[in-house]
Amino acid sequence: MQNDELNVRWDVMGKRRAAMVLSLLLIIAAIAALAVRGLNFGVDFTGGYLIEVGYSQSVELGPVRAALGDGGFGDALVQHFGTASDVLVRLAPREGVNSAQLSEQVLGVLRDTGELEMRRVEFVGPQVGEELREQGGLAVLYALIGIVIYVWLRFEKKFSVGSVAALVHDVLITLGVFAVTGMEFDLPVLAALLAVIGYSLNDTIVVFDRIRENFRKMRTGTPLEIMNVSINQTLSRTLITSLTTLLVLLALFFLGGSAIHGFAAALIIGVVVGTYSSIYVASTSVLAMGITKQDLMPVQKEGEELDDMP
Amino acid sequence: MPNRYPLWKYLLIGAVVVFGALFALPNLYGDDPAVQISARSGALEEGLSGRVQTLLDEAGISGVEPRLEADKLLLRLADGDQQLRARDLISAELGNRYTVALNLLPATPAWLGEFARPMYLGLDLRGGVHFLMQVDMDSALQQAEERYSEELRTFMREEKIRYRGILRREAVAEDDSGYRRGSLSIRFGDATSRDAALEVLDDEYADLEFSAREDERGSPVAEAKLTAEAIQLERSAALDQNVITLRNRVNELGVAEPVIQKQGAERIVVQLPGVQDTGRAKEILGATATLEYRLVEGTATDWYAAAEAGRAPPNALLYQRREDGTPILLKRQVIVTGDQIKDASSGIDSQSGTPAVFVTLDGKGAKRMQRVSAENIGNLMAVVFIENRVETVEENGELVKKRSRVEEVINAATIRDVLSHRFQTTGLDSTEARDLALLLRAGALKAPVEIIEERTVGPSLGQDNIDQGFLSVMIGFALVLVFMAIYYKVFGLVANLALSMNLVLIVAILSSLQATLTLPGIAGIVLTVGMAVDANVLIFERIREELRNGNSVQASIQAGYEKAVTTIADANITTLIAAVVLFSFGTGPIKGFAITLSIGILTSMFTAIMGTRAIINLIYGGRRRVAKLAI
Repeated sequence: MQNDELNVRWDVMGKRRAAMVLSLLLIIAAIAALAVRGLNFGVDFTGGYLIEVGYSQSVELGPVRAALGDGGFGDALVQHFGTASDVLVRLAPREGVNSAQLSEQVLGVLRDTGELEMRRVEFVGPQVGEELREQGGLAVLYALIGIVIYVWLRFEKKFSVGSVAALVHDVLITLGVFAVTGMEFDLPVLAALLAVIGYSLNDTIVVFDRIRENFRKMRTGTPLEIMNVSINQTLSRTLITSLTTLLVLLALFFLGGSAIHGFAAALIIGVVVGTYSSIYVASTSVLAMGITKQDLMPVQKEGEELDDMP
Repeated sequence: MPNRYPLWKYLLIGAVVVFGALFALPNLYGDDPAVQISARSGALEEGLSGRVQTLLDEAGISGVEPRLEADKLLLRLADGDQQLRARDLISAELGNRYTVALNLLPATPAWLGEFARPMYLGLDLRGGVHFLMQVDMDSALQQAEERYSEELRTFMREEKIRYRGILRREAVAEDDSGYRRGSLSIRFGDATSRDAALEVLDDEYADLEFSAREDERGSPVAEAKLTAEAIQLERSAALDQNVITLRNRVNELGVAEPVIQKQGAERIVVQLPGVQDTGRAKEILGATATLEYRLVEGTATDWYAAAEAGRAPPNALLYQRREDGTPILLKRQVIVTGDQIKDASSGIDSQSGTPAVFVTLDGKGAKRMQRVSAENIGNLMAVVFIENRVETVEENGELVKKRSRVEEVINAATIRDVLSHRFQTTGLDSTEARDLALLLRAGALKAPVEIIEERTVGPSLGQDNIDQGFLSVMIGFALVLVFMAIYYKVFGLVANLALSMNLVLIVAILSSLQATLTLPGIAGIVLTVGMAVDANVLIFERIREELRNGNSVQASIQAGYEKAVTTIADANITTLIAAVVLFSFGTGPIKGFAITLSIGILTSMFTAIMGTRAIINLIYGGRRRVAKLAI
């Protein structure tokens, strides 16, 4: 009977050393990419101008660049955006001049290159960019702190450390992918990153919840065995939820339009990494910290034991 | 009997379903083009509605029923062409007293419109301009210091306190008050008279803190600084005044449903839905142009002598004329400032045929103008055009504020008659005259503002965002429905019902809160759809597990729900924490994401737990023999 209880379909935890190595390699790669290549910050964080125009037909970038150069905007970054008739122009904040009127001048120059309509203008002053950078970092930090406190109160200290380890892992790797691919990092991506934190944690909590339940319920078994059982019991749920979430995110990525591309990409990466980390990183960290049954015994009566009576 | 819900739970769920359906419904109808008429000041005149209707009838735009709402008259029109024609007709007919703006009205049927409104679309979905403006508080403080310096002069003259002069020193850095405050140094002949004066001044000016000291040359000086409380008052007054002025200016521009809000202690958010000509909007909102009327000092010889020396005599100020840049001297004393102008309009001067601004002074200004002009018939009076600009630029990696002030004499003419409250000023081109009249009507900004953030979305991109957002929600939703139905069979269909209900509830709550739906907000809905099934997956997996353990069908349903609930709550609360952080940190669109995510989490708990349980109970509950579950 009790041996039966500890039987598992997959020896998930058995591969925890391999997973650990993989995670460490990924994290090192992410940190290296962040250090060497850095993030390609959008105007939200650098300050500057972003002007998107839609031409009535597809357009070559050469003449557009030339026109901008003649107009005194030689430093402009010009690229297609989504389609061949959509053009995105980026300008750094200018030394000596900084006026919201500048975007009007750029539009004026562009109007000479063909029939077009203004689709989007974004101007972020240098002071605002600096603030958004600061606040963005703080937001991630506050979210992590809030979560540590909640998990600590609801579970236990080691669990709270484990969940944060998983979150830091997810955030770092997602950022790393952005650094490697050079995808633009702007406000929506930051929002996606916070959503990733929420999502990945959601997954982790479900696993933890089961681990706690089994620790209290099972009479035998080492912590490692109990964790293995718990992860197996929640595995199908973890995978199915990730799958449904990925389904909608893929719809968003492919159909949501270019404005939401980075956002969807960050979430997709985050969900994949988050799913993996809730299985391996979170539990392995808790195990590494030496979790025991005593850690999880209810302090006050919670009615758990009664519920288990048939 | 196992798995039966009490009647009240069914009633509750039924009520929520009805609420959701009703409040989500208006979103299916779309918008009608409309024209909105509001008075620049005061109420709409009697019979305006009839007048407008007759006007439109005559122009062949029929079937329009003007509707009065609050202080606005709203006209619903058949299409965009009619809307533009109607706007032009009405604004030509009604003239300056009214603002006529294009707007959209929900096409919701009247009975529904009584209580339910469609979601409010953010600027990224409907197109429009978002500005964040920084109020230059340093110059607001400088103005206050200048004002006090004038007041001190007058006060000491009246009180017969003998002093040698007042010098205003600008602030270099923040001091212990936490602000960049300058100081006023009043020089005295000797320390005794300074100390005597200090006693009187200290009592008289509560907003200033005085201290006795010596200047570089050792002469006794009383130094005055604004107190921290006074600075705070000045700052909040400047912010409030600027909000009022900006609101007036936006009204002059004719924008429907603008948002003008304070953000923090020195910033103002301005949102103008549907505005395309951002250039003009920026010019008008940021403009500080105003007028000043002063008497001319001396003759042309004096003017050139002063220009040569680069220095004006003590009672005068040196200016340049706008037309040819030649110098001119004006008296220090101002007759009338722009603040005292009550109304202004632009037109053509009947004598010269050049553009002119016709101004009307308020009581105080008119009295002063009357007295000064009566005393100075035959003398020259000049009109000064003043413009302030402030810009933050990055120089060598440091952020530096650059201020510039343009002051030009646009007109100097001989006073032929006693002037009273109404007169005209020439010397500007027609665009300038029109804009200046608008600015004078709307009132001056107390301190210059600088646009530090702009986000403009064109109408085509807005529509694309809506279309693509809607499409991705629908496709994502459909994919999840299919997957659930295949994987969980009957239970999957039940979950799908709950998921649809969840979507309707999110829309209903967003609509009834009139929260702003943004593109990231739509993404939040998509994400919620993906994650909302999580609760059901948890429950269903648990039920399967219980069945595998050999429990009875009814017991498995019971246990599945009960054991999954705490897990669901724990998992969702942590996501909610992330959403709340996102909300408190985020700006516009990001807030939209946080809102939809939070609402989605809450509604999904309701639909996925209570909603599905109710249906499952209806199907399986109460039956004693259920051999197998379709799960």
